[in-house]
Amino acid sequence: MRRARVVAAIGHAVPWAIAVVYFFAVPSDLDFGTQVMIWILFAMSLDLALGYAGILTLGQAAFFGLGAYTAGLFAIHLSPDPLLGHLAAIGVTMLVGALTGAMILHTTGVTLLMLTLAIVSVLSQYANQATDLTGGDNGLQGIRLDPIFGVFEFNIFGKTAYFYALVVLFGWFVLARRIVHSPFGRSLDGIRQNPHRMRAIGTPVWWRLLAIYTISAAMAGSAGALSAHATRFVGLSVLDLLTSGTVTVALILGGTRRLYGGFIGATIYLVVQDYSAKISPFFWEFVVGGLLIATVLLLEGGLLDFGPAVLRLRDRWQAGQRR
Amino acid sequence: MSTTRALSVRGLAKRFGALVVAQEIDLDLAPGARVALIGPNGAGKTTFVNLLTGFLEPDRGRIELWGQSLQGLRPEQRVRRGLVRTHQINQLLADNTARDNLAIAIAERDRHAWRLFRFGRQWDRCCEEAQQRLEEMETAAAADRRVSELPYGEQRLLEIAIALSLRPRVLLLDEPAAGVPSHETEVIHQALDRLPADIAILIIEHDMGVVFRFAHEIVVLAQGRVLARGSPAAISADPRVRAVYLGKSPV
Ligand SMILES: Nc1ncnc2c1ncn2[C@@H]1O[C@H](COP(=O)(O)OP(=O)(O)OP(=O)(O)O)[C@@H](O)[C@H]1O
Ligand SMILES: [Mg+2]
Repeated sequence: MRRARVVAAIGHAVPWAIAVVYFFAVPSDLDFGTQVMIWILFAMSLDLALGYAGILTLGQAAFFGLGAYTAGLFAIHLSPDPLLGHLAAIGVTMLVGALTGAMILHTTGVTLLMLTLAIVSVLSQYANQATDLTGGDNGLQGIRLDPIFGVFEFNIFGKTAYFYALVVLFGWFVLARRIVHSPFGRSLDGIRQNPHRMRAIGTPVWWRLLAIYTISAAMAGSAGALSAHATRFVGLSVLDLLTSGTVTVALILGGTRRLYGGFIGATIYLVVQDYSAKISPFFWEFVVGGLLIATVLLLEGGLLDFGPAVLRLRDRWQAGQRR
Repeated sequence: MSTTRALSVRGLAKRFGALVVAQEIDLDLAPGARVALIGPNGAGKTTFVNLLTGFLEPDRGRIELWGQSLQGLRPEQRVRRGLVRTHQINQLLADNTARDNLAIAIAERDRHAWRLFRFGRQWDRCCEEAQQRLEEMETAAAADRRVSELPYGEQRLLEIAIALSLRPRVLLLDEPAAGVPSHETEVIHQALDRLPADIAILIIEHDMGVVFRFAHEIVVLAQGRVLARGSPAAISADPRVRAVYLGKSPV
């Protein structure tokens, strides 16, 4: 019991230790590390809605994009304070999450999927048209930020952005862990498995889904804000359907309902993308596609299931030997 | 004096397109009542439970729980008022353990299920109560096993245990022994015998032995209508009831 706890504690420490080591080991490419953490947060937000609560959504980019544009516009028009801008992004995405959630969460399955797609499409179209506001195809440029707490400046080496992303990711991770282990989280797990059962024990299913959808939206919005702040740029691609697709692939690759699934999935996705894109842009899509198919076919719990899957194979092999 | 009735149904009607599944159903349950609802397959028994519990919207009719109308209340709100059901086909959280299935219900009952903070002690207490309830059902051995791995009979017991854990005042049991192999049904019948006396219970059951042992009153439903009602003796002597059960289990 004691040993299991120690092992678990070490397990929990690993990703964060890697993040800190990376900072010192690869100072030349902190931007890449920051991107990875942003996508981890984004994937984690999807894990709460899709993985834990079973909300079939392909619309997560709506909140990532909305968060990014809010943070960018806030910096340009209202205040260059990054933390205020970040809070504004969280507030706006929470609000939009709650409003759109209220409209769509009584549906399920393909209907829900279509509605979430529609929401991204509408926002994406709007961002494309409203060139005065968003810069359209050129993107939102000229974002200037004050130093965080008036001390840590955003600079070209990306040190501040890196730690900023790390701290935000850690904060959300702690909250997400809370959520999934709480009675609230357990009821979401029940809703995913059998909403009828949950209603029969008195669960207000719609309200629970709305709550987690709103939290998930805020988390995705926070990831979007990080993206806007880290790159000081917001392009139309943040609201692209492809962005929704990518985060879904990353999550499924790493494994849903583990919280750490997004860590593995987003990291592998970006690393593979980075490397194979250097060889050929076509090649990388091929690699990611192959990886996804292999994961879904061979590892029901995503790449995080790799270890246990190998153990299962070994057990089966040994059982075969005995016979 | 409708307030002395645990449940009172008047003129309940429902149709699916051309198919009439409930017409002008009246039913009263006194506190602590034991009433059996019987009828051939497709008579509308499960539909009746769905109408009472709010999973289906009736076309017409009134439903009162302890004199209070349930009009417009959603299923979860009816559960909170003490109207609880079990299912003909198991509705369990198959990936969770038996204990978690119960603890989740208990947490919901005690309104812990919105909690994100300082929930540790409450959740532990939910688990303790869940364990205790499993022991009362004599299925404590199932506590740590995933529901999907449990024998069907134990899953049926869990259905009942979950319903009971919600502290119902009116309990609707939809064929509690449905699908259970005959050598396991006795355990379920024993569980029925142990149900708290103060709960008003409507049981749907095909096994006439169980009906006669359990119920003081029988209501016979056929094609959505109440065909007959009365004491077990009267019902078993009723030729109309024999007619709808022609060729089926002996009445
Ligand atoms: N949602 C629905 N839409 C359309 N028809 C339905 C629906 N639910 C039930 N029915 C039909 O209504 C009729 C009554 O069904 P119900 O399940 O209430 O019967 P039952 O008395 O419980 O039968 P059994 O003894 O087989 O459980 C059946 O003919 C069934 O096919
Ligand atoms: Mg039925």
